[in-house]
Amino acid sequence: MSGAETRTVVVGASLAGLRGAESLRKSGFAGSLTIVGDEPHPPYDRPPLSKAVLTGEIAADATTLPNLVALDATWRLGVPATRLDRVRRTITLQGGETLAYDRLLVATGASARAWPDADQARLEGVFTLRGRDDAQALRHALTASPGHVLVIGGGFIGCEVAASCRTLDLPVTLVETGATLLARVLGQHLGSVVEAMHKRRGVTIRTGVKVKALEDDGTGRVMRACLGDGTAIPADVVVVALGAVRNTAWLEGSGLSFDEGGLDCDADGYALDTDGQADTHIAAAGDVARFPHPLYPGHPIALEHWGHAVAQGARAGRILAGHAAEPYAEVPAFWSSQNGITIKSVGLTEGADGFVIARGDPKEGRFLAVYGRAGRCVAAVAFDCARWLPAYAERIAAGAPFPPEPGGVDAGTFTILPLAFPEPAHEDEA
Amino acid sequence: MSERPPSVEPNPDPQPSGGPLRVTVDLNLCQAYAQCCYAAPDHFVLNGREALHYDPAPSAAARADIERARIACPVQAIHVEDAGTAHR
Repeated sequence: MSGAETRTVVVGASLAGLRGAESLRKSGFAGSLTIVGDEPHPPYDRPPLSKAVLTGEIAADATTLPNLVALDATWRLGVPATRLDRVRRTITLQGGETLAYDRLLVATGASARAWPDADQARLEGVFTLRGRDDAQALRHALTASPGHVLVIGGGFIGCEVAASCRTLDLPVTLVETGATLLARVLGQHLGSVVEAMHKRRGVTIRTGVKVKALEDDGTGRVMRACLGDGTAIPADVVVVALGAVRNTAWLEGSGLSFDEGGLDCDADGYALDTDGQADTHIAAAGDVARFPHPLYPGHPIALEHWGHAVAQGARAGRILAGHAAEPYAEVPAFWSSQNGITIKSVGLTEGADGFVIARGDPKEGRFLAVYGRAGRCVAAVAFDCARWLPAYAERIAAGAPFPPEPGGVDAGTFTILPLAFPEPAHEDEA
Repeated sequence: MSERPPSVEPNPDPQPSGGPLRVTVDLNLCQAYAQCCYAAPDHFVLNGREALHYDPAPSAAARADIERARIACPVQAIHVEDAGTAHR
């Protein structure tokens, strides 16, 4: 599969697509390589967008990613793929042009989930944050001395945006429908630790209440948000941070198995069709790929993690270049920094049935929590103690018993604490 | 942990372009040893205990400092590339 006559198309010009393309070349692929991206920008790094770009420490256009390998690729930027024909093995681009492929990497990522009311979403002053242009537009609005910023959604992006607003000394309210911030990922116990951290920095937090509507001032500019409890919050900048939907709509009619939660893949990384058969001409990687993870059996997962885009992109490049498929069992990992606190996680907390504070103390702001499920360690979350984390990543990969051994000779046995994850969210409760 | 930048000579640039650089740090790997902050204090800063902020697009003039930071990183989390060679 490394013959010079072979054509490989990468759809998606972000981190997973770029690392996938590099991996193809490093794995010996010598044929033609075309990289298609819907944005006009070359691949850029997203993590700074909700942090250093919003605070103005770095410019949005400074986030362009280095490419680590000479790609000798044809770049088709600013033009989305609109159709996949697996019989003819072609991609259709917006405008009607078709590209033929012998091997295809789907790395189309995800989009910010839009505010459900389209008219309200279009009001001036209402933003989502996913891409570089989004970050630049929001940065511009934040530098215009807004009277009050409202962030809707207490996930990681919402928390990071609220923290960035406080760094800029802007008044900000964060509204979250759940009982605490980050409850879905961390559970309510640690969610309340994060909440206290944001309150100390001056973020106003409203939990357990939903934003019902955004209202304008009569000129199409957002002015206020009406909440489910009958109260209202004045706001001239609103950031909708309700999570992401995978960019799979262009696969309609392809016969592949997908929905807004991702494109289904087999354990080798090949895309699955609606009959559950792998198409070995097509691999997927990054946010868009939903795949079975050996450490988390039960249902396939799609991960929006930076390191995952790198690792799965590299692996997809290898298999598309003709190397034997290898089992993918990377321990999921991500980081977030908020208010100068660095939260790092390994493993997945989903489905955990308890956790322990294994090192440090939440009261001191520096601690490590280990999450367990059915007597095994499944995740660890570190607040400002990254050096403790790798040892726990190894335990998670090995399925070590939970609770773990006490972390110090003076430590007593661990107390397993309840997580209080929220009930599974319904789509209409965003 | 040494508080001094290590006395490693930066690699001679294999393709001196004189142009700007692109830097990324794998923040999953980063453990806040802060060696980059000593090696290139104008381009790497720790906010709080562990939140590394870095300049992703340093100028050519910073090349020696950036290269020293890359080499100094105990977990080898820093990637550096000539901006001019990107996306060929």
